Amino acid sequence: MLHAPPLVDFTPSSVHGSALNPPTDLASIEGRSRDIRRAALEMISASGASHIGSVFSTAEILATLYGGILNVRPAEPDWPDRDRFVMSKGHAAAGLYAALSLAGFFPQQRLKEFCVDGGSLPGHVTHRGIPGVDVSTGSLGHGLALAVGLAAGSRRLGAKWHVYALLSDGECDEGSTWEAALLAPAWRLSGLTAIVDYNKIQSLGRVDEVLPLEPFADKWRSFGWQVDEVDGHNIENLRQRIDPTGWPSAGGPRCVIAHTIKGKGVSFMENDLLWHYRCPVGDEYDRAVTELEVEG
Amino acid sequence: MRTAFVEGLSELAAENPHILLVTGDLGFGVLADFRERFPDQFLNVGVAEQNLAGVAAGLALSGHIVFTYSIGNFPTLRCLEQIRNDICYHRANVNVVSVGGGLAYGSLGMSHHATEDMAILRVLPEMMVVAPGDPVETRKLLPQIVAHDGPAYLRLGRAGESHIVSSEATVKLGKPTTVRSGSDLLLLTTGGMLPVAVGVADQLDREGVSVHVASVHTLSPLDESVIRSMLEAFPAVITCEEHSIHGGLGGCIAEVIAESGLNPTFRRLGLRGRFAEGVGSPEYLRAHNDIGHEALLDLARSLHAQATAFEVKAMRS
Repeated sequence: MLHAPPLVDFTPSSVHGSALNPPTDLASIEGRSRDIRRAALEMISASGASHIGSVFSTAEILATLYGGILNVRPAEPDWPDRDRFVMSKGHAAAGLYAALSLAGFFPQQRLKEFCVDGGSLPGHVTHRGIPGVDVSTGSLGHGLALAVGLAAGSRRLGAKWHVYALLSDGECDEGSTWEAALLAPAWRLSGLTAIVDYNKIQSLGRVDEVLPLEPFADKWRSFGWQVDEVDGHNIENLRQRIDPTGWPSAGGPRCVIAHTIKGKGVSFMENDLLWHYRCPVGDEYDRAVTELEVEG
Repeated sequence: MRTAFVEGLSELAAENPHILLVTGDLGFGVLADFRERFPDQFLNVGVAEQNLAGVAAGLALSGHIVFTYSIGNFPTLRCLEQIRNDICYHRANVNVVSVGGGLAYGSLGMSHHATEDMAILRVLPEMMVVAPGDPVETRKLLPQIVAHDGPAYLRLGRAGESHIVSSEATVKLGKPTTVRSGSDLLLLTTGGMLPVAVGVADQLDREGVSVHVASVHTLSPLDESVIRSMLEAFPAVITCEEHSIHGGLGGCIAEVIAESGLNPTFRRLGLRGRFAEGVGSPEYLRAHNDIGHEALLDLARSLHAQATAFEVKAMRS
């Protein structure tokens, strides 16, 4: 029997931006990343869901993307010229829903509909009925191909919108990821940025033990990508490297390998495979709240 | 059918620059003219069918009408999950084209026989499954597939099939085409079995049996009301397909019959839960696997006899 805490109404600080004024200064984006973690903790704890470690490793990346990188309009989610974002690691859906809600795409009250009976936010990303989601994911290894197609489509249309895809390290085991990785440079898709959340832990163990990816950056580079590596929890670094204007414009697709920590933000979850699965309840939940709020 | 497809698509692509033909590195010779005429509407993703389907979905979601092209099971089974999640769930305007449906690549062997594809694809929500019976149907259905906003699977044969359907005939997506009218026995066919069915119907006609032949080119969504009214009109019905009897046309019709309250004398001609055996041309393999002219003729004769005997018995009682 799950003893989940009641979902508390979570009200982020207004200094972290609003729908009309996305946070763009570093402190506000950092605040947004904390809000994403805090909201995701509520969502996951209340519903007995999993993947909290995978969500926490992406919080700064999502906050950075929705903090001035993605050219989107929360009040007009289907705006044709919006940048497209592919959350290829669809199992970190709670983080994306939190980020979208905090950005103003839908009310935060709706986050209570995550993974519960009669809810509207499933545990893997769906575009159906959720403003701001362009594509559905959940099966690993699909997202980069979708992103390649979208980027090629944008270029064919002569459009300006850019495509971003957030991949997990585990899904780089999938051959289909590398099929897409081969094609993007071959088509010189400068309108595409892939970000890999390299938290070093996949479903059944550490990446370097299960199926080592190293030399990871060299793999992408040898496929023809422009590659950089950043601290995936450092907003300033992330923003600098994810922003396409910081790269040669005709240099083909970019891959930003974000070195992250699974479970980042809650000490007992950090770097521990258990939190790919376990849902924080009871004392664990209380301690997580304390740590996240102290950090904030 | 292959030639009819490429010619038809060329006409449509000339009118609509958003139509894209994306190949998985196949179509040597066949696609050369299209590639030359429409270099901006032709893409080759290489030998990577999962990527083919995923990239096609992305292209479609950015506003294009995409045709993916490959042969046999490569653009379908190899990337089934991409078709399900990326194409169907997004209702993306991607039309998956497979050349070599059934046993069309006869001598190339099992890997190149597509004999379960329709069963597998027709259960996918949103997916339209279309297997034209000849080049005429292919040509007439293609603009309708382009106009259809959503995923479709177009299962073609190879090149050089004879024209069976009249160029004057009305061929409508979703509606079986009546190819030959008759009253004693109903032959429902899909894909490249159409000429076999017509050949058998011609022969039976000479024996005094009137056979109705319809090409059920659209397996999904199946127009059940049309199928029911056809079933009501005939005492005996045979489905024929270069495909497993499970889940394809035979499966579709069996499902309709089961829920219809009708009880026609019914048989399915197709591969009975096994791979095609032997080595040879499509014609050879059909005969060798008991799904060719002779097998259908024997089945039709015996079924007609059964249905007639049943009717006589019913009249006497």
